[in-house]
Amino acid sequence: MNKPLRRIAIFCGLLVMALLVRTNWLQFVQADELKTDPKNRRVDIARYAQPRGNIIVDGKSITGSTVVNGTDFKYKRTYKNGELWSPVTGYASQAVGANQLEKLYDPFLTGDDDRLFFNRTVDMITGKPQKGGNIVTTLNAKAQKAAYDGLGDKKGAVAAINPKTGAILALANKPSYDPSSFAGVNTKDSETFAKLDKSEEQPMLNRALRQTYPPGSTFKVVTAAAGLESGKYDIDSKTDSPDPYRLPLTTRDLGNEGNNPACKNASIRVALQWSCNTVFAKMSDELGNDEMMKAAEKFGFNRDQEDGSQDTPVRPSPSVYPKDNRPQNAQAGIGQASNRATPLQMAMVAAAVANDGKLMKPYMVDQLVAPNLNVVEQTKPEELSQPVSSENAQKLQSAMETVVEKGTGTAGKIPGVTVGGKTGTAQHGENNKDNPYAWFISYAKTSDGSPVAVAVVVESSDTLRSDIAGGRLAAPIAKSVMEAVLDEQKR
Amino acid sequence: MSNLTTTGSNTTVSSGGLPSRRNTELAMLVFAVLIPIFAYANVGLAMNDRLPSGMLGYGFGLALLAGVGHLVVRRYAPYADPLLLPLATLLNGLGLVLIWRLDQSERLHQRAEDIFGAFTPDAPKQLLYSSIGLALFVAILLLLKDHRVLQRYTYISMAVGLVLLVLPVFFKPVNGARIWISVGSVNLQPGEFVKIIIAVFFAGYLMVKRDALALASRRFMGLYLPRGRDLGPILVIWGLSLMILVFETDLGTSLLFFGLFVIMLYVATERTSWIVFGLLLSAGGATAVASFEPHVQQRVQAWLDPMATYLKSKQGIPGYSEQAMQALWAFGSGGVLGTGWGQGNSDLIGFAANSDFILATVGEEMGLTGMMAFLMLYGLIVERGVRTALAARDPFGKLLAVGLSGAFALQVFVVAGGVMGLIPLTGMTMPFLASGGSSVIANWALIGILIRISDTARRPAPAPAPSPDAEMTQVVRP
Repeated sequence: MNKPLRRIAIFCGLLVMALLVRTNWLQFVQADELKTDPKNRRVDIARYAQPRGNIIVDGKSITGSTVVNGTDFKYKRTYKNGELWSPVTGYASQAVGANQLEKLYDPFLTGDDDRLFFNRTVDMITGKPQKGGNIVTTLNAKAQKAAYDGLGDKKGAVAAINPKTGAILALANKPSYDPSSFAGVNTKDSETFAKLDKSEEQPMLNRALRQTYPPGSTFKVVTAAAGLESGKYDIDSKTDSPDPYRLPLTTRDLGNEGNNPACKNASIRVALQWSCNTVFAKMSDELGNDEMMKAAEKFGFNRDQEDGSQDTPVRPSPSVYPKDNRPQNAQAGIGQASNRATPLQMAMVAAAVANDGKLMKPYMVDQLVAPNLNVVEQTKPEELSQPVSSENAQKLQSAMETVVEKGTGTAGKIPGVTVGGKTGTAQHGENNKDNPYAWFISYAKTSDGSPVAVAVVVESSDTLRSDIAGGRLAAPIAKSVMEAVLDEQKR
Repeated sequence: MSNLTTTGSNTTVSSGGLPSRRNTELAMLVFAVLIPIFAYANVGLAMNDRLPSGMLGYGFGLALLAGVGHLVVRRYAPYADPLLLPLATLLNGLGLVLIWRLDQSERLHQRAEDIFGAFTPDAPKQLLYSSIGLALFVAILLLLKDHRVLQRYTYISMAVGLVLLVLPVFFKPVNGARIWISVGSVNLQPGEFVKIIIAVFFAGYLMVKRDALALASRRFMGLYLPRGRDLGPILVIWGLSLMILVFETDLGTSLLFFGLFVIMLYVATERTSWIVFGLLLSAGGATAVASFEPHVQQRVQAWLDPMATYLKSKQGIPGYSEQAMQALWAFGSGGVLGTGWGQGNSDLIGFAANSDFILATVGEEMGLTGMMAFLMLYGLIVERGVRTALAARDPFGKLLAVGLSGAFALQVFVVAGGVMGLIPLTGMTMPFLASGGSSVIANWALIGILIRISDTARRPAPAPAPSPDAEMTQVVRP
């Protein structure tokens, strides 16, 4: 009987061997995958086992951590003035996860990032709990507050950037949400999140980065830039523009706001000053779809999102200037066709003009700082493209300054400061029955260049139609944001 | 002469003079008691920053159990295998620490309070069960002077075994499987005892029938086909194990029961054809049952795609359990070295964290290293069991020993494989580690019987008749 016994012994050995192989497979080969699986509760437990690093604006943190006595989590994220800053921070919730900066820099904020390895090791040896690093943002607290307060009860968004560097100064959103309200793990937190998420007001939508609007007349700056770059037009020479202008291949006539007589054969400067549809629709048609697309693309439209060239590091929605037929392309020249832009994109247009034609890549994270205050990463300003030549940019500046000086954008005027801007009133909805969007893009200039460019969009739902000119609703907001930045500069 | 044969216990016949090895056993037992005590202290220090208050009592209790076991073996089974008792003690001791560690889990407290209104620790109960188990072990060594006595109870065992197998059908299912019987406040899992009783029956039955089964057969395509009437018993057992699967929805017992029979049949008849038949029958039966039994289907599904099952469970769809995925995460999160005693989150498994899934705690807190050590401990028990079978001098002892160790090996494989996602999960528990009275008591009995067989096997044979050949075949003396 011993021969089969020996075989049974081998068989039992094989069973144990199979188990050994399996445990090696699970705990060695697949260990990292299982360990870092976001659905693995331990990942969340570790994330909140120590206070999270903070997000810092102007030297003060806009986030915090508080001790909670749960079975799983020791700490919970808190936000100071959450509604004001949520477009920047995003949320870090134990119930529903994280987004935006909180998610993108999660390993750094928790201290798990490879670059914090040294800190971690020292803490481990000295028996201290692991610490997370801080994120220093480029935002300007005063400008942000001016933007947020300026929007008041109206739906809309503001994006402000420093044209010289691309640093984002303000990123406001209305209506907004307070990420503190669902930072915990209780049912109440999940319910609050679900309510916010499903709300018709869309408070969780980060309009400044993630909502695209028809840019309306503010797009005329891009059309004007394309015209100047083509060499076929100059800033002060008359154009051959009938009023009204019949859209190509159609029987539809395009007129101007208030049937302004100045628009007939107006120069680019005058056409910008009075926001003449006829001039820019005709210009867009004459330049053609391809050339208009190329010009828009240089300003940041139609960018491939996957290469990260648009990441702030939060990735904005793509702004588009699509391939289209002639009548549509002519309308796109005045921002009223299928071209769409985010507020950030239009701020980039203003910034590129203000920075003498150089478009800087927008960014909102200045530094990553380790718990021991070492700077681990410093963002360097990066040039994205040169959409217009320096010469043409200066011509555009003078035209945009005319708009604010004595055109449709006088509400953006700041005494003693050179301000250039462009208003916009974008119609939308079927047969334009919805209330239009009020736009204003602008920049302020001092002796050493421009410190701020702003784009404001107000989705007005409760103001009379006639009242919605970008100049009335949006320009005052842009003005207060620019003033906030300029005040800081003076001191 | 004696120092030549010290390692010769794998030979069938050893002509006496083997050392008793009782002192080896004692030395091993000291380790088997000390290691769990250290582990116990480790859990306390890791979780509460101080030595646990029950440490003295616990250490004393474990040492007492081990000491009594050792003294009884020394007195009543002096030639027994020296490793079985320390191995069982070590596993039992570590199991107690693991259960105590999970008793400290706030998450499990919360869960118990939500479901039952109050939390009751399992470690004291387990210590009581371990004592009962050891008492049974002692009783077996005291009362069972020779394992061959069991042979007399072949058909009684069969009857008792069948009754125990069938009984759970009449009780209400617990968590989908009918594997429990409850008498008053005592809950028993008869499957654990059945494996021993049935092994006794198979050993007795096969010892008598093995010649018929082995010799009366026709050769066909290189296989020996048994006669139709000899095929009867195997078909009966097969049908029975399928019925367990269908009526008690107990995958584990069914597999264990059938596997045990095939192993013993193969050893008894030395016919490979039985293995082939066994595999074909079990594969066919399992596939057939899986095609209509929803409980089995769920288990298979959870095995094939634990993540999908986890997500469905999280959505609150009844019939899905997050346990399989939670166990995998526990193993993965443990990595190579583990988190250390008391510092893992294996309690996330929730239900059955300290019974069916206790191995996940080992995996997470002791890591790959600890898992391999535990698997080697189990492997060693099986290996000592099979070695006992090889050394046994009588066919009944051989069959019984290989049956018991084979059943033990299958159980370890089915449970550990199930928890680690190697095979579908079954409702069985890790011998000695898992919380549960039936399991620990039955396994102490199993070790007791193996020790008795090994004692008989290694006991010096009556002095052989002097033979001139014996002198002639001696090799050079040292």
